[in-house]
Amino acid sequence: MIAFQGVYKIYNSHSTALEDVNFRVNPGEFISLVGRSGAGKSTVIKLLIGEEKPNRGRIFFGQYEINKLNDKDLPPFRRHIGIVFQDFRLLAAKNAYENVAFALEVAGRPQREIADLVPQVLDMVGLGDKTKNFPHELSGGEKQRVAIARAMVHRPEVIIADEPTGNLDPFHAAEIIDLLKKINQLGTTVILATHDRDIVNAVEKRVITLDRGRVIRDEEGGRYILV
Amino acid sequence: MFTVISRIVHYGFTNFWRNGWPSAATVAIMVVALMGFLGLIFFNVITGQAIISVQDKIDISVYFKTNTPEDEILSIKQSVESLSEVKSVEYVSADRALEVFKENHKDDPTISQAITELGNNPLVASLNVKARQPDQYASIAQYLQAPNLARWVDNVSYSKNEVVINRLVAIIENVNRGGLILTIVLALIAGLVVFNTIRLAIYSSRDEIGVMRAVGASNSLVRGPFMVEGVIAGVLSAVVSIIIAAPITYAVSPYFNVFIPGLNIFRYFYTNLLSLFGYQLIFGIGVGVLSSFVAVRRYLKN
Repeated sequence: MIAFQGVYKIYNSHSTALEDVNFRVNPGEFISLVGRSGAGKSTVIKLLIGEEKPNRGRIFFGQYEINKLNDKDLPPFRRHIGIVFQDFRLLAAKNAYENVAFALEVAGRPQREIADLVPQVLDMVGLGDKTKNFPHELSGGEKQRVAIARAMVHRPEVIIADEPTGNLDPFHAAEIIDLLKKINQLGTTVILATHDRDIVNAVEKRVITLDRGRVIRDEEGGRYILV
Repeated sequence: MFTVISRIVHYGFTNFWRNGWPSAATVAIMVVALMGFLGLIFFNVITGQAIISVQDKIDISVYFKTNTPEDEILSIKQSVESLSEVKSVEYVSADRALEVFKENHKDDPTISQAITELGNNPLVASLNVKARQPDQYASIAQYLQAPNLARWVDNVSYSKNEVVINRLVAIIENVNRGGLILTIVLALIAGLVVFNTIRLAIYSSRDEIGVMRAVGASNSLVRGPFMVEGVIAGVLSAVVSIIIAAPITYAVSPYFNVFIPGLNIFRYFYTNLLSLFGYQLIFGIGVGVLSSFVAVRRYLKN
Protein backbone atom coordinates (compact mmCIF):
# COMPACT_ATOMS: atom_id res chain seq x y z
CA MET A 1 0.00 0.00 0.00
CA ILE A 2 2.99 2.32 0.56
CA ALA A 3 5.86 2.31 -1.88
CA PHE A 4 9.04 4.37 -2.29
CA GLN A 5 10.44 4.02 -5.82
CA GLY A 6 13.92 5.38 -6.47
CA VAL A 7 13.42 8.37 -4.19
CA TYR A 8 16.07 11.08 -3.98
CA LYS A 9 15.92 14.10 -1.70
CA ILE A 10 18.66 16.66 -2.05
CA TYR A 11 18.50 19.80 0.13
CA ASN A 12 21.59 21.36 -1.45
CA SER A 13 24.78 20.30 -3.17
CA HIS A 14 26.42 19.51 0.20
CA SER A 15 23.62 17.55 1.80
CA THR A 16 21.87 14.65 0.16
CA ALA A 17 19.21 13.43 2.56
CA LEU A 18 18.02 10.38 0.61
CA GLU A 19 19.63 8.47 -2.23
CA ASP A 20 17.75 5.90 -4.29
CA VAL A 21 15.43 4.74 -1.51
CA ASN A 22 13.17 1.79 -2.40
CA PHE A 23 10.82 -0.12 -0.14
CA ARG A 24 7.24 -1.34 0.10
CA VAL A 25 4.96 -1.55 3.08
CA ASN A 26 2.05 -3.99 3.09
CA PRO A 27 -1.23 -3.45 4.96
CA GLY A 28 -1.09 -4.48 8.61
CA GLU A 29 2.71 -4.40 8.87
CA PHE A 30 4.66 -2.93 11.78
CA ILE A 31 7.82 -1.34 10.47
CA SER A 32 10.68 0.11 12.46
CA LEU A 33 12.65 2.70 10.54
CA VAL A 34 16.01 2.97 12.24
CA GLY A 35 19.26 4.81 11.82
CA ARG A 36 21.45 7.44 13.45
CA SER A 37 20.42 11.04 13.64
CA GLY A 38 20.76 12.46 10.16
CA ALA A 39 20.45 9.06 8.47
CA GLY A 40 17.28 10.21 6.72
CA LYS A 41 14.49 8.83 8.93
CA SER A 42 12.78 12.18 9.36
CA THR A 43 13.09 12.92 5.66
CA VAL A 44 11.34 9.64 4.82
CA ILE A 45 8.53 10.62 7.24
CA LYS A 46 8.29 14.15 5.81
CA LEU A 47 8.04 12.81 2.28
CA LEU A 48 5.46 10.28 3.38
CA ILE A 49 3.15 12.93 4.87
CA GLY A 50 3.72 15.35 2.00
CA GLU A 51 5.55 17.96 4.05
CA GLU A 52 8.45 17.79 1.58
CA LYS A 53 8.67 16.83 -2.07
CA PRO A 54 11.30 14.41 -3.45
CA ASN A 55 13.74 15.63 -6.11
CA ARG A 56 13.40 12.36 -7.96
CA GLY A 57 11.36 9.19 -7.64
CA ARG A 58 7.76 8.40 -6.77
CA ILE A 59 5.97 7.77 -3.50
CA PHE A 60 2.64 5.94 -3.44
CA PHE A 61 0.08 5.69 -0.72
CA GLY A 62 -2.97 3.67 -1.76
CA GLN A 63 -4.49 5.57 -4.66
CA TYR A 64 -2.45 8.71 -3.91
CA GLU A 65 0.84 9.56 -5.53
CA ILE A 66 2.16 11.75 -2.74
CA ASN A 67 4.90 13.50 -4.70
CA LYS A 68 2.20 14.94 -6.98
CA LEU A 69 -0.17 16.29 -4.31
CA ASN A 70 -0.57 20.08 -4.11
CA ASP A 71 -1.41 22.24 -1.09
CA LYS A 72 -5.12 21.72 -1.55
CA ASP A 73 -5.00 17.94 -1.84
CA LEU A 74 -2.83 17.46 1.24
CA PRO A 75 -5.49 17.88 3.97
CA PRO A 76 -7.85 15.19 2.63
CA PHE A 77 -4.88 12.87 2.07
CA ARG A 78 -3.65 13.36 5.63
CA ARG A 79 -6.98 12.21 6.99
CA HIS A 80 -5.97 8.72 5.86
CA ILE A 81 -2.97 8.70 8.15
CA GLY A 82 -2.34 9.35 11.81
CA ILE A 83 0.86 11.08 12.83
CA VAL A 84 2.61 10.96 16.20
CA PHE A 85 5.51 13.37 16.72
CA GLN A 86 8.43 13.38 19.13
CA ASP A 87 7.30 16.73 20.56
CA PHE A 88 3.62 15.65 20.81
CA ARG A 89 2.31 18.70 18.92
CA LEU A 90 -0.96 18.96 20.76
CA LEU A 91 -3.07 22.10 20.39
CA ALA A 92 -2.27 24.08 23.53
CA ALA A 93 -5.60 25.89 23.60
CA LYS A 94 -7.61 22.67 23.50
CA ASN A 95 -8.04 20.08 26.25
CA ALA A 96 -7.38 16.36 25.79
CA TYR A 97 -10.91 15.62 24.60
CA GLU A 98 -10.91 18.51 22.10
CA ASN A 99 -7.46 17.61 20.78
CA VAL A 100 -8.67 14.12 19.94
CA ALA A 101 -12.02 15.36 18.68
CA PHE A 102 -10.23 17.79 16.35
CA ALA A 103 -8.99 14.95 14.13
CA LEU A 104 -12.61 13.93 13.58
CA GLU A 105 -13.90 17.48 13.23
CA VAL A 106 -11.46 18.26 10.41
CA ALA A 107 -12.84 15.22 8.59
CA GLY A 108 -16.34 16.63 8.94
CA ARG A 109 -17.67 13.82 11.12
CA PRO A 110 -20.98 14.48 12.87
CA GLN A 111 -21.01 15.64 16.48
CA ARG A 112 -22.79 12.55 17.78
CA GLU A 113 -20.15 10.22 16.38
CA ILE A 114 -17.42 12.37 17.91
CA ALA A 115 -19.07 12.34 21.32
CA ASP A 116 -19.19 8.55 21.04
CA LEU A 117 -15.72 7.80 19.74
CA VAL A 118 -13.46 10.21 21.62
CA PRO A 119 -14.13 8.90 25.17
CA GLN A 120 -13.69 5.34 23.93
CA VAL A 121 -10.29 6.07 22.45
CA LEU A 122 -9.15 8.11 25.45
CA ASP A 123 -10.20 5.17 27.63
CA MET A 124 -8.17 2.86 25.46
CA VAL A 125 -4.98 4.91 25.95
CA GLY A 126 -5.72 5.05 29.68
CA LEU A 127 -6.75 8.71 29.96
CA GLY A 128 -10.46 8.28 30.58
CA ASP A 129 -10.18 10.44 33.70
CA LYS A 130 -8.19 13.30 32.14
CA THR A 131 -10.38 14.27 29.21
CA LYS A 132 -10.81 17.85 30.45
CA ASN A 133 -7.09 18.47 31.13
CA PHE A 134 -5.14 20.85 28.92
CA PRO A 135 -1.74 19.74 27.53
CA HIS A 136 0.20 21.82 30.08
CA GLU A 137 -1.58 19.89 32.85
CA LEU A 138 -0.39 16.51 31.52
CA SER A 139 2.92 14.65 31.87
CA GLY A 140 5.04 13.82 28.83
CA GLY A 141 3.78 10.24 28.68
CA GLU A 142 0.18 11.40 29.01
CA LYS A 143 0.63 13.99 26.26
CA GLN A 144 2.01 11.34 23.94
CA ARG A 145 -0.95 9.10 24.73
CA VAL A 146 -3.32 11.94 23.83
CA ALA A 147 -1.36 12.34 20.59
CA ILE A 148 -1.72 8.62 19.86
CA ALA A 149 -5.43 8.79 20.62
CA ARG A 150 -5.69 11.68 18.17
CA ALA A 151 -3.71 9.76 15.55
CA MET A 152 -5.93 6.68 15.75
CA VAL A 153 -9.40 8.06 16.48
CA HIS A 154 -10.34 8.49 12.84
CA ARG A 155 -9.28 4.88 12.13
CA PRO A 156 -6.47 5.70 9.69
CA GLU A 157 -4.95 3.03 7.50
CA VAL A 158 -1.47 3.95 8.73
CA ILE A 159 -0.05 5.46 11.88
CA ILE A 160 3.31 7.14 11.42
CA ALA A 161 5.27 7.72 14.61
CA ASP A 162 8.39 9.89 14.35
CA GLU A 163 10.59 9.26 17.42
CA PRO A 164 7.48 9.07 19.64
CA THR A 165 9.58 8.06 22.66
CA GLY A 166 12.37 10.58 22.15
CA ASN A 167 11.20 12.84 24.97
CA LEU A 168 10.11 10.08 27.37
CA ASP A 169 11.80 8.02 30.08
CA PRO A 170 12.21 4.24 29.39
CA PHE A 171 9.14 3.30 31.43
CA HIS A 172 6.77 5.62 29.57
CA ALA A 173 8.53 4.81 26.30
CA ALA A 174 7.69 1.14 26.75
CA GLU A 175 4.06 2.08 27.45
CA ILE A 176 3.86 4.01 24.19
CA ILE A 177 5.40 1.15 22.20
CA ASP A 178 2.94 -1.29 23.77
CA LEU A 179 0.12 1.00 22.66
CA LEU A 180 1.44 1.09 19.10
CA LYS A 181 1.71 -2.71 19.05
CA LYS A 182 -1.84 -2.98 20.31
CA ILE A 183 -3.06 -0.64 17.55
CA ASN A 184 -1.14 -2.72 15.02
CA GLN A 185 -2.79 -5.91 16.28
CA LEU A 186 -6.16 -4.28 15.57
CA GLY A 187 -5.13 -4.09 11.91
CA THR A 188 -3.55 -0.66 11.47
CA THR A 189 -0.22 -0.37 9.69
CA VAL A 190 2.40 1.26 11.91
CA ILE A 191 5.60 2.96 10.79
CA LEU A 192 7.86 3.74 13.71
CA ALA A 193 10.96 5.87 13.20
CA THR A 194 13.40 5.62 16.09
CA HIS A 195 17.06 5.47 17.03
CA ASP A 196 16.38 3.64 20.32
CA ARG A 197 18.08 0.24 20.20
CA ASP A 198 16.14 -1.27 23.12
CA ILE A 199 12.80 -0.41 21.62
CA VAL A 200 13.62 -1.85 18.22
CA ASN A 201 14.95 -5.06 19.69
CA ALA A 202 11.86 -5.42 21.89
CA VAL A 203 9.42 -4.96 19.00
CA GLU A 204 10.82 -7.84 16.92
CA LYS A 205 9.19 -6.82 13.66
CA ARG A 206 10.43 -5.77 10.24
CA VAL A 207 13.31 -3.30 10.48
CA ILE A 208 14.45 -0.95 7.72
CA THR A 209 17.85 0.51 8.48
CA LEU A 210 18.96 3.77 6.92
CA ASP A 211 22.50 5.06 6.79
CA ARG A 212 23.55 8.29 5.10
CA GLY A 213 20.39 8.41 3.08
CA ARG A 214 20.47 4.84 1.82
CA VAL A 215 18.57 1.73 2.86
CA ILE A 216 21.34 -0.61 4.02
CA ARG A 217 19.23 -3.37 5.57
CA ASP A 218 15.61 -4.47 5.38
CA GLU A 219 14.75 -7.64 7.28
CA GLU A 220 11.80 -9.31 8.93
CA GLY A 221 12.12 -9.82 12.72
CA GLY A 222 15.19 -7.66 12.52
CA ARG A 223 17.32 -6.09 15.20
CA TYR A 224 18.98 -2.76 15.59
CA ILE A 225 22.39 -3.24 14.03
CA LEU A 226 24.62 -0.36 13.11
CA VAL A 227 28.33 -0.58 12.57
CA MET B 1 -20.95 22.68 4.90
CA PHE B 2 -23.08 23.83 7.81
CA THR B 3 -21.08 21.70 10.27
CA VAL B 4 -17.85 23.21 8.96
CA ILE B 5 -19.12 26.78 9.37
CA SER B 6 -20.55 26.16 12.81
CA ARG B 7 -17.27 24.53 13.87
CA ILE B 8 -15.26 27.44 12.50
CA VAL B 9 -17.42 29.89 14.46
CA HIS B 10 -17.21 27.73 17.56
CA TYR B 11 -13.38 27.47 17.34
CA GLY B 12 -13.16 31.22 16.78
CA PHE B 13 -15.12 31.98 19.94
CA THR B 14 -13.34 29.46 22.17
CA ASN B 15 -9.90 30.50 20.87
CA PHE B 16 -10.71 34.16 21.43
CA TRP B 17 -11.89 33.45 24.97
CA ARG B 18 -9.05 31.11 25.92
CA ASN B 19 -6.30 33.34 24.49
CA GLY B 20 -7.50 35.93 27.04
CA TRP B 21 -4.52 38.29 27.18
CA PRO B 22 -3.47 38.34 23.54
CA SER B 23 -7.11 38.84 22.57
CA ALA B 24 -7.49 41.69 25.06
CA ALA B 25 -4.28 43.29 23.77
CA THR B 26 -5.51 43.08 20.19
CA VAL B 27 -8.84 44.64 21.16
CA ALA B 28 -7.02 47.39 23.09
CA ILE B 29 -4.85 48.26 20.08
CA MET B 30 -7.90 48.22 17.83
CA VAL B 31 -9.78 50.50 20.24
CA VAL B 32 -6.91 53.00 20.02
CA ALA B 33 -6.94 52.75 16.22
CA LEU B 34 -10.73 53.14 16.07
CA MET B 35 -10.59 56.14 18.42
CA GLY B 36 -8.12 57.67 15.98
CA PHE B 37 -10.50 56.86 13.15
CA LEU B 38 -13.38 58.47 15.06
CA GLY B 39 -11.15 61.47 15.75
CA LEU B 40 -10.62 61.82 11.99
CA ILE B 41 -14.35 61.80 11.37
CA PHE B 42 -14.76 64.55 13.97
CA PHE B 43 -11.85 66.49 12.51
CA ASN B 44 -13.59 66.48 9.15
CA VAL B 45 -16.88 67.55 10.72
CA ILE B 46 -15.19 70.36 12.63
CA THR B 47 -13.22 71.70 9.68
CA GLY B 48 -16.29 71.35 7.49
CA GLN B 49 -18.36 73.37 9.95
CA ALA B 50 -15.56 75.92 10.33
CA ILE B 51 -15.36 76.34 6.58
CA ILE B 52 -19.12 76.78 6.33
CA SER B 53 -19.14 79.43 9.04
CA VAL B 54 -16.24 81.25 7.39
CA GLN B 55 -17.84 81.00 3.97
CA ASP B 56 -21.00 82.41 5.44
CA LYS B 57 -19.16 85.54 6.45
CA ILE B 58 -17.86 86.22 2.96
CA ASP B 59 -20.05 88.35 0.72
CA ILE B 60 -19.74 91.21 -1.69
CA SER B 61 -21.78 94.37 -1.52
CA VAL B 62 -22.90 96.51 -4.42
CA TYR B 63 -23.46 100.16 -3.44
CA PHE B 64 -25.80 102.17 -5.62
CA LYS B 65 -25.67 105.83 -6.46
CA THR B 66 -28.14 107.90 -4.41
CA ASN B 67 -30.23 108.72 -7.46
CA THR B 68 -30.94 105.08 -8.33
CA PRO B 69 -34.65 104.34 -8.25
CA GLU B 70 -35.69 101.41 -6.08
CA ASP B 71 -37.34 99.66 -9.07
CA GLU B 72 -34.02 99.64 -10.83
CA ILE B 73 -32.28 98.17 -7.81
CA LEU B 74 -34.91 95.45 -7.50
CA SER B 75 -34.61 94.50 -11.15
CA ILE B 76 -30.83 94.31 -10.80
CA LYS B 77 -31.38 92.16 -7.72
CA GLN B 78 -33.54 89.85 -9.78
CA SER B 79 -31.00 89.55 -12.56
CA VAL B 80 -28.21 88.84 -10.05
CA GLU B 81 -30.34 86.19 -8.36
CA SER B 82 -30.76 84.43 -11.69
CA LEU B 83 -26.99 83.83 -11.91
CA SER B 84 -26.16 80.20 -11.24
CA GLU B 85 -23.23 81.10 -8.97
CA VAL B 86 -25.36 83.20 -6.63
CA LYS B 87 -26.73 81.67 -3.45
CA SER B 88 -28.59 84.65 -2.04
CA VAL B 89 -29.04 88.36 -2.55
CA GLU B 90 -30.16 90.67 0.21
CA TYR B 91 -31.48 94.16 -0.55
CA VAL B 92 -30.60 96.80 2.01
CA SER B 93 -32.39 100.07 1.32
CA ALA B 94 -30.85 103.36 2.32
CA ASP B 95 -33.41 103.69 5.17
CA ARG B 96 -32.68 100.20 6.39
CA ALA B 97 -28.93 100.89 6.25
CA LEU B 98 -29.45 103.96 8.37
CA GLU B 99 -31.50 102.06 10.91
CA VAL B 100 -28.81 99.42 11.25
CA PHE B 101 -26.16 102.09 11.51
CA LYS B 102 -28.08 103.92 14.24
CA GLU B 103 -28.69 100.70 16.08
CA ASN B 104 -24.99 99.84 15.95
CA HIS B 105 -23.94 103.24 17.27
CA LYS B 106 -26.74 104.08 19.69
CA ASP B 107 -24.29 104.18 22.61
CA ASP B 108 -22.11 106.77 20.90
CA PRO B 109 -23.74 110.20 21.41
CA THR B 110 -21.40 112.01 18.99
CA ILE B 111 -22.38 109.86 16.04
CA SER B 112 -26.09 109.88 16.88
CA GLN B 113 -25.94 113.64 17.15
CA ALA B 114 -24.06 113.98 13.88
CA ILE B 115 -26.68 111.91 12.08
CA THR B 116 -29.51 113.96 13.49
CA GLU B 117 -27.81 117.23 12.54
CA LEU B 118 -27.15 116.00 9.04
CA GLY B 119 -30.89 115.93 8.40
CA ASN B 120 -30.92 113.70 5.35
CA ASN B 121 -29.72 110.10 5.02
CA PRO B 122 -26.03 109.93 4.05
CA LEU B 123 -26.11 106.16 3.44
CA VAL B 124 -26.86 104.50 0.13
CA ALA B 125 -28.83 101.43 -0.85
CA SER B 126 -26.91 98.20 -1.44
CA LEU B 127 -27.19 94.54 -2.36
CA ASN B 128 -25.35 91.86 -0.33
CA VAL B 129 -24.52 88.98 -2.61
CA LYS B 130 -23.42 85.54 -1.41
CA ALA B 131 -21.94 82.99 -3.79
CA ARG B 132 -22.39 79.23 -3.61
CA GLN B 133 -18.64 78.67 -3.72
CA PRO B 134 -16.04 81.15 -2.49
CA ASP B 135 -14.11 81.01 -5.75
CA GLN B 136 -17.13 82.33 -7.65
CA TYR B 137 -16.96 85.86 -6.22
CA ALA B 138 -14.61 87.03 -8.92
CA SER B 139 -17.05 86.28 -11.72
CA ILE B 140 -19.98 87.75 -9.79
CA ALA B 141 -18.00 90.91 -9.19
CA GLN B 142 -17.19 91.05 -12.87
CA TYR B 143 -20.89 90.85 -13.72
CA LEU B 144 -21.71 93.69 -11.32
CA GLN B 145 -18.94 95.89 -12.65
CA ALA B 146 -20.15 95.54 -16.23
CA PRO B 147 -20.58 98.86 -18.12
CA ASN B 148 -24.36 98.50 -18.54
CA LEU B 149 -24.75 98.75 -14.75
CA ALA B 150 -22.21 101.54 -14.34
CA ARG B 151 -24.95 104.14 -14.52
CA TRP B 152 -26.36 103.02 -11.19
CA VAL B 153 -23.59 101.16 -9.40
CA ASP B 154 -21.36 103.34 -7.30
CA ASN B 155 -18.90 100.67 -6.29
CA VAL B 156 -18.53 96.94 -5.61
CA SER B 157 -16.82 95.91 -2.40
CA TYR B 158 -15.10 92.98 -4.04
CA SER B 159 -12.10 94.95 -5.21
CA LYS B 160 -11.45 96.05 -1.64
CA ASN B 161 -11.84 92.56 -0.25
CA GLU B 162 -10.38 90.66 -3.13
CA VAL B 163 -7.15 89.78 -1.37
CA VAL B 164 -8.90 88.57 1.77
CA ILE B 165 -11.42 86.52 -0.16
CA ASN B 166 -8.76 84.90 -2.30
CA ARG B 167 -6.72 84.04 0.74
CA LEU B 168 -9.74 82.47 2.43
CA VAL B 169 -10.47 80.49 -0.68
CA ALA B 170 -6.91 79.19 -0.71
CA ILE B 171 -7.04 78.29 2.99
CA ILE B 172 -10.34 76.46 2.58
CA GLU B 173 -9.01 74.47 -0.35
CA ASN B 174 -5.87 73.57 1.57
CA VAL B 175 -7.80 72.51 4.65
CA ASN B 176 -10.02 70.30 2.52
CA ARG B 177 -7.13 68.72 0.70
CA GLY B 178 -4.95 68.43 3.82
CA GLY B 179 -7.83 66.88 5.74
CA LEU B 180 -8.29 64.25 3.08
CA ILE B 181 -4.58 63.39 2.99
CA LEU B 182 -4.40 63.35 6.78
CA THR B 183 -7.42 61.07 6.92
CA ILE B 184 -5.96 58.62 4.42
CA VAL B 185 -2.52 58.57 6.03
CA LEU B 186 -3.76 58.19 9.59
CA ALA B 187 -6.33 55.55 8.63
CA LEU B 188 -3.55 53.67 6.86
CA ILE B 189 -1.30 53.87 9.93
CA ALA B 190 -4.12 52.70 12.20
CA GLY B 191 -4.77 49.81 9.82
CA LEU B 192 -1.09 48.85 9.75
CA VAL B 193 -0.78 48.92 13.53
CA VAL B 194 -3.78 46.63 13.88
CA PHE B 195 -2.49 44.39 11.09
CA ASN B 196 0.85 44.03 12.84
CA THR B 197 -0.78 43.21 16.18
CA ILE B 198 -2.88 40.50 14.61
CA ARG B 199 0.10 39.22 12.64
CA LEU B 200 2.07 38.81 15.88
CA ALA B 201 -0.84 37.00 17.53
CA ILE B 202 -1.03 34.61 14.59
CA TYR B 203 2.76 34.25 14.47
CA SER B 204 2.57 32.86 18.00
CA SER B 205 0.02 30.33 16.72
CA ARG B 206 2.14 29.11 13.81
CA ASP B 207 2.91 25.79 15.51
CA GLU B 208 -0.78 25.24 16.11
CA ILE B 209 -1.45 25.93 12.46
CA GLY B 210 1.20 23.34 11.57
CA VAL B 211 -0.48 20.79 13.84
CA MET B 212 -3.89 21.48 12.35
CA ARG B 213 -2.49 20.94 8.87
CA ALA B 214 -0.71 17.76 9.94
CA VAL B 215 -3.98 16.37 11.29
CA GLY B 216 -5.61 17.09 7.95
CA ALA B 217 -7.46 20.35 8.52
CA SER B 218 -8.40 22.09 5.28
CA ASN B 219 -7.15 25.62 4.69
CA SER B 220 -10.54 27.14 5.36
CA LEU B 221 -10.86 25.29 8.65
CA VAL B 222 -7.45 26.61 9.74
CA ARG B 223 -8.04 30.14 8.50
CA GLY B 224 -11.71 30.48 9.44
CA PRO B 225 -11.37 30.63 13.23
CA PHE B 226 -8.72 33.36 12.99
CA MET B 227 -11.06 35.39 10.81
CA VAL B 228 -13.88 34.83 13.29
CA GLU B 229 -11.54 36.10 15.99
CA GLY B 230 -10.91 39.14 13.78
CA VAL B 231 -14.65 39.76 13.58
CA ILE B 232 -15.07 39.43 17.35
CA ALA B 233 -12.17 41.81 18.00
CA GLY B 234 -13.60 44.26 15.45
CA VAL B 235 -17.08 44.26 16.98
CA LEU B 236 -15.80 44.50 20.56
CA SER B 237 -13.42 47.35 19.78
CA ALA B 238 -16.12 49.25 17.88
CA VAL B 239 -18.44 48.99 20.90
CA VAL B 240 -15.71 49.95 23.37
CA SER B 241 -14.47 52.89 21.32
CA ILE B 242 -17.99 54.32 21.01
CA ILE B 243 -18.54 53.92 24.75
CA ILE B 244 -15.25 55.72 25.46
CA ALA B 245 -15.93 58.43 22.89
CA ALA B 246 -19.33 59.41 24.35
CA PRO B 247 -18.11 61.14 27.56
CA ILE B 248 -15.10 62.64 25.74
CA THR B 249 -17.21 64.37 23.11
CA TYR B 250 -19.60 65.51 25.83
CA ALA B 251 -16.70 67.08 27.74
CA VAL B 252 -14.96 68.84 24.82
CA SER B 253 -18.10 69.94 23.00
CA PRO B 254 -18.44 73.35 24.79
CA TYR B 255 -14.83 74.32 23.95
CA PHE B 256 -15.36 73.80 20.24
CA ASN B 257 -18.60 75.68 20.44
CA VAL B 258 -16.62 78.75 21.53
CA PHE B 259 -14.33 78.62 18.48
CA ILE B 260 -16.93 77.68 15.94
CA PRO B 261 -20.42 78.94 16.73
CA GLY B 262 -23.18 76.58 15.74
CA LEU B 263 -21.01 73.51 16.15
CA ASN B 264 -22.14 71.02 18.76
CA ILE B 265 -19.95 67.94 18.58
CA PHE B 266 -21.87 66.04 21.18
CA ARG B 267 -25.16 66.61 19.37
CA TYR B 268 -23.47 65.51 16.16
CA PHE B 269 -22.20 62.40 17.95
CA TYR B 270 -25.59 61.71 19.45
CA THR B 271 -27.66 62.18 16.29
CA ASN B 272 -25.21 60.23 14.12
CA LEU B 273 -24.52 57.53 16.68
CA LEU B 274 -25.77 54.73 14.46
CA SER B 275 -23.84 55.69 11.37
CA LEU B 276 -20.69 56.41 13.42
CA PHE B 277 -21.02 52.99 15.03
CA GLY B 278 -21.53 51.56 11.56
CA TYR B 279 -18.28 53.14 10.32
CA GLN B 280 -16.46 51.82 13.37
CA LEU B 281 -17.85 48.34 12.76
CA ILE B 282 -16.92 48.38 9.10
CA PHE B 283 -13.41 49.63 9.80
CA GLY B 284 -12.89 47.32 12.79
CA ILE B 285 -14.25 44.17 11.20
CA GLY B 286 -12.66 44.98 7.85
CA VAL B 287 -9.18 45.45 9.29
CA GLY B 288 -9.57 42.50 11.66
CA VAL B 289 -10.71 40.03 9.05
CA LEU B 290 -8.35 41.21 6.34
CA SER B 291 -5.34 41.13 8.67
CA SER B 292 -6.18 37.62 9.83
CA PHE B 293 -6.69 36.46 6.27
CA VAL B 294 -3.35 37.82 5.08
CA ALA B 295 -1.41 36.85 8.21
CA VAL B 296 -2.51 33.20 8.18
CA ARG B 297 -1.82 32.74 4.49
CA ARG B 298 1.94 32.35 4.85
CA TYR B 299 1.51 29.46 7.29
CA LEU B 300 -0.78 27.51 4.97
CA LYS B 301 2.02 26.15 2.81
CA ASN B 302 2.94 22.41 3.24
